[in-house]
Amino acid sequence: MLECREITKIYGRKKAVDAVSFQIEPGRIYAMLGPNGSGKTTLMKMAAGLVKPNTGGFFYNNEPVGPKSRREIAYMSTEPYFYAWMTAQDVGKYYEDFFEDFSMEQYQKLLQRMELTPDMKTKSLSSGMMAKLKIAVTMARDAKIYMLDEPLNGIDLLARDEIMRSILEASDPDKALIVSSHLVDELEKVVDVAIFVKEGHLAGMYDVEELRIRQGKSVADVYREIYGHGGEQTC
Amino acid sequence: MEFNPQVPIYLQVVTSIKRDIVIGQLKPGDKLPSVRDLAVSYTINPNTAGRVYTELEAEGICFTRRGLGTFITEDKERVEQMKEEMAKELTDHFLDGMKRLGISPQEAINIIKEREKC
Repeated sequence: MLECREITKIYGRKKAVDAVSFQIEPGRIYAMLGPNGSGKTTLMKMAAGLVKPNTGGFFYNNEPVGPKSRREIAYMSTEPYFYAWMTAQDVGKYYEDFFEDFSMEQYQKLLQRMELTPDMKTKSLSSGMMAKLKIAVTMARDAKIYMLDEPLNGIDLLARDEIMRSILEASDPDKALIVSSHLVDELEKVVDVAIFVKEGHLAGMYDVEELRIRQGKSVADVYREIYGHGGEQTC
Repeated sequence: MEFNPQVPIYLQVVTSIKRDIVIGQLKPGDKLPSVRDLAVSYTINPNTAGRVYTELEAEGICFTRRGLGTFITEDKERVEQMKEEMAKELTDHFLDGMKRLGISPQEAINIIKEREKC
């Protein structure tokens, strides 16, 4: 469905992504894991067609990603991207204009569940509320692939449950979800596959339930093996 | 529900559902939630949720009616047998732990009797 072919991306002298290849299949939920600065965001931006790789490329149904694939790949970036004057309602209208697959009805439903109201001004939202708004507007699209960059960052426990619920409800046999995080524990029981990124390289890709069945290992165990105890903590 | 991340999630959910059947929270013939609803209610992966039903069906505890959903067996004997299996498993686990402490099954029985008194 979505294929990453031998991608390298260089910023200045630094190789942010180095010869990475993998495939995303429909009907599965992927975790993209790794410490901050390992290349997760750069990979997602390239999959969204917002950043061009130096070599290699992302292919959606065998075509290079671009304006056409953006219609079917919903991407939520880490940075807030709304104008300060916008209300939650305006954000929805903005998305409705941009994306044919956006459903205002679904958006209203998600806002309500996230305990947000359409009249709330984006500039007055706390970071947790902003995170929920971003999820609501992204998941209100009927996309084929959802890519969520750090959706759990800065969010309290209860809001995390709501976000997880929205993610699970969006899953479907012909859709794929990719969630990046440096919080391993949260994604442990929700994802099918864990993709580990280390210093721009692909450090491993595992079916997580198979990992538990065959090796009695958790995703956190593998995380520690790959990044070592000197790396970032898992919680 | 709290999960042990080193143990297959589907098995942990299977055990939880079996327990609900044993204590009567779920009754023979009851309809179980759809795979997606099961995934949402346990906050687990939907493919893992599908595996839960596959396992329960393989064990003869559930059955699927095409287009209608998954149901708990109406075979009360099977439920009784499952309860015995679960009790046996717990006992094995308990005795295994006692053995590692150098306590024989007979001594373990005495410990239980002592405990029951107070």
